[in-house]
Amino acid sequence: MKQELFTIIENTPLTAKVSRLRLRGDSSAIEGPGQFVDLKLEGLFLRRPLSVCDVEGDCLTLLYETAGRGTEQMRELPAGTQLDLLTGLGNSFDLTPAGDAPLLIAGGTGASPMYGLAKRLRARGVAVSVILGFAAAADVFYEEEFRALGAEVTVCTEDGSYGLPGFVTAAMDRPFSYFYTCGPKAMMHAVCERAKTGGQLSLAVRMGCGFGACMGCRVETVSGGKRVCKDGPVFRKEELLWKDLL
Amino acid sequence: MERLAVSLCGIELDNPVIAASGTFGYGYEFAEIYDINCLGTFSFKGTTLQAREGNPLPRIADCLGGMLNAVGLQNPGVDEVISRELPRLKQVFHKPVMANVSGFSVVEYAEVCRRLDEQEQVGWLEVNVSCPNVHGGGMSFGTDPCAAAEVTRAVKAVTHKPVILKLSPNVTDIVSVARACEDAGADGISLINTLMAMRIDLKERKPVLANTTGGLSGPAVFPVALRMVWQVSRAVKIPVIGLGGVSCAEDVIEMMLAGAAAVQVGAANLVRPTACRDIITDLPRVMDKYGIENLRDIIGGAHG
Repeated sequence: MKQELFTIIENTPLTAKVSRLRLRGDSSAIEGPGQFVDLKLEGLFLRRPLSVCDVEGDCLTLLYETAGRGTEQMRELPAGTQLDLLTGLGNSFDLTPAGDAPLLIAGGTGASPMYGLAKRLRARGVAVSVILGFAAAADVFYEEEFRALGAEVTVCTEDGSYGLPGFVTAAMDRPFSYFYTCGPKAMMHAVCERAKTGGQLSLAVRMGCGFGACMGCRVETVSGGKRVCKDGPVFRKEELLWKDLL
Repeated sequence: MERLAVSLCGIELDNPVIAASGTFGYGYEFAEIYDINCLGTFSFKGTTLQAREGNPLPRIADCLGGMLNAVGLQNPGVDEVISRELPRLKQVFHKPVMANVSGFSVVEYAEVCRRLDEQEQVGWLEVNVSCPNVHGGGMSFGTDPCAAAEVTRAVKAVTHKPVILKLSPNVTDIVSVARACEDAGADGISLINTLMAMRIDLKERKPVLANTTGGLSGPAVFPVALRMVWQVSRAVKIPVIGLGGVSCAEDVIEMMLAGAAAVQVGAANLVRPTACRDIITDLPRVMDKYGIENLRDIIGGAHG
């Protein structure tokens, strides 16, 4: 973990709700895809945790959805603004069990860590398939970015206005060696139920500190209570018990 | 740093800054980013006799100038703390630590304290009779002067270490609770624990916290805490530790002028992991600014 000042290079809306934030600063504490950063915003007491999408040199990319006061305020921040970040928080996806045909399943801004993961897997020459789930055609983002990595991409929309109609699980009927998922809890639970292979998921819950001190984000696992922020946010399908999460 | 030194119940502190229980775990997370031996000391996570899972999620809510928590005393239980956490802590922290103790009966408080009394690393026992997030324990002992006194007597009977009672602000008359603890033999008082509070999610039309209510902490509570430190320190002879929203060196000095012999820093640690270190580093500058030679000379200085 590091506390660093970052400067906004770019803050671009991708859809009506989702934006991309590019920041310049010391990202050296970020070790792998799945880790998150915690942003301090003016006037808000607690930091806001956001999953890392990509790190390239000193450029850090985050995707965020405007959901509350914090993220609404973020949308207004111009380039040049300095932000106080805790970086390198949490664990990351374990690439070892991926196999030769991993499936990455994202819902909404769950695409953020899936992008960094896809990039890492592609760099190892692994054939990556991605399912991106959205509510409607107007909500779709990052389809081309995933394709540019060389991933095979399927887009699903709940209302059927773009790509395959229905939930992401509708596109899971195919062979894959392992899965990784990030998105709404109900979606990830459905993905875990549906998949016959092992897999990993990245969990988002309300957090206090983001670095393991406050015990605000304990979840139940087969090996006892774990902190989402410090022992997670990535959990194996087999270890998470889903107690109180759905 | 002699200028910063204070004494707390007979134990010397290099400085009055103590990281507050529940915001500092067992210290390791913070030891990853700075040498926590710069602290006066810290109070470790509230410990009960049995392991406790705590409350369902969400346990945390945000608000203007602070936060709410309803963690519910999640901890591994006293035996695990002694066998696992304290030996690990020994590697990163070399000063006497404050052991925060909670319970659901007078017998439990006493038993946890008895077991911790045998631990050399423990300097003080901070007895939490003020947790607002559990039912039938914690705060129910701290809102009744007789019950608070009973816990104090039971704990004092099993330990020679200094016993500090951590009080709840959720009472009509904080002074009567503090006096009852002093009369029962308490060596010190720490206050305030969190203020009972809640938030409602507008979309869901439901309380944000699964526990419905939680404890408010952070800068928003500082003036309330200061007022209570002022009132209690006038009424008792034992040392008072001031806490509640302390976020900077100025807040530490203000608390001490109100009567605090030492000061705890809580919620600030969760937002700025180096908060305690930064405050300690900044204290000499702020002391110079206000013409303070030694911190120990200003305790209760505003009482006249």
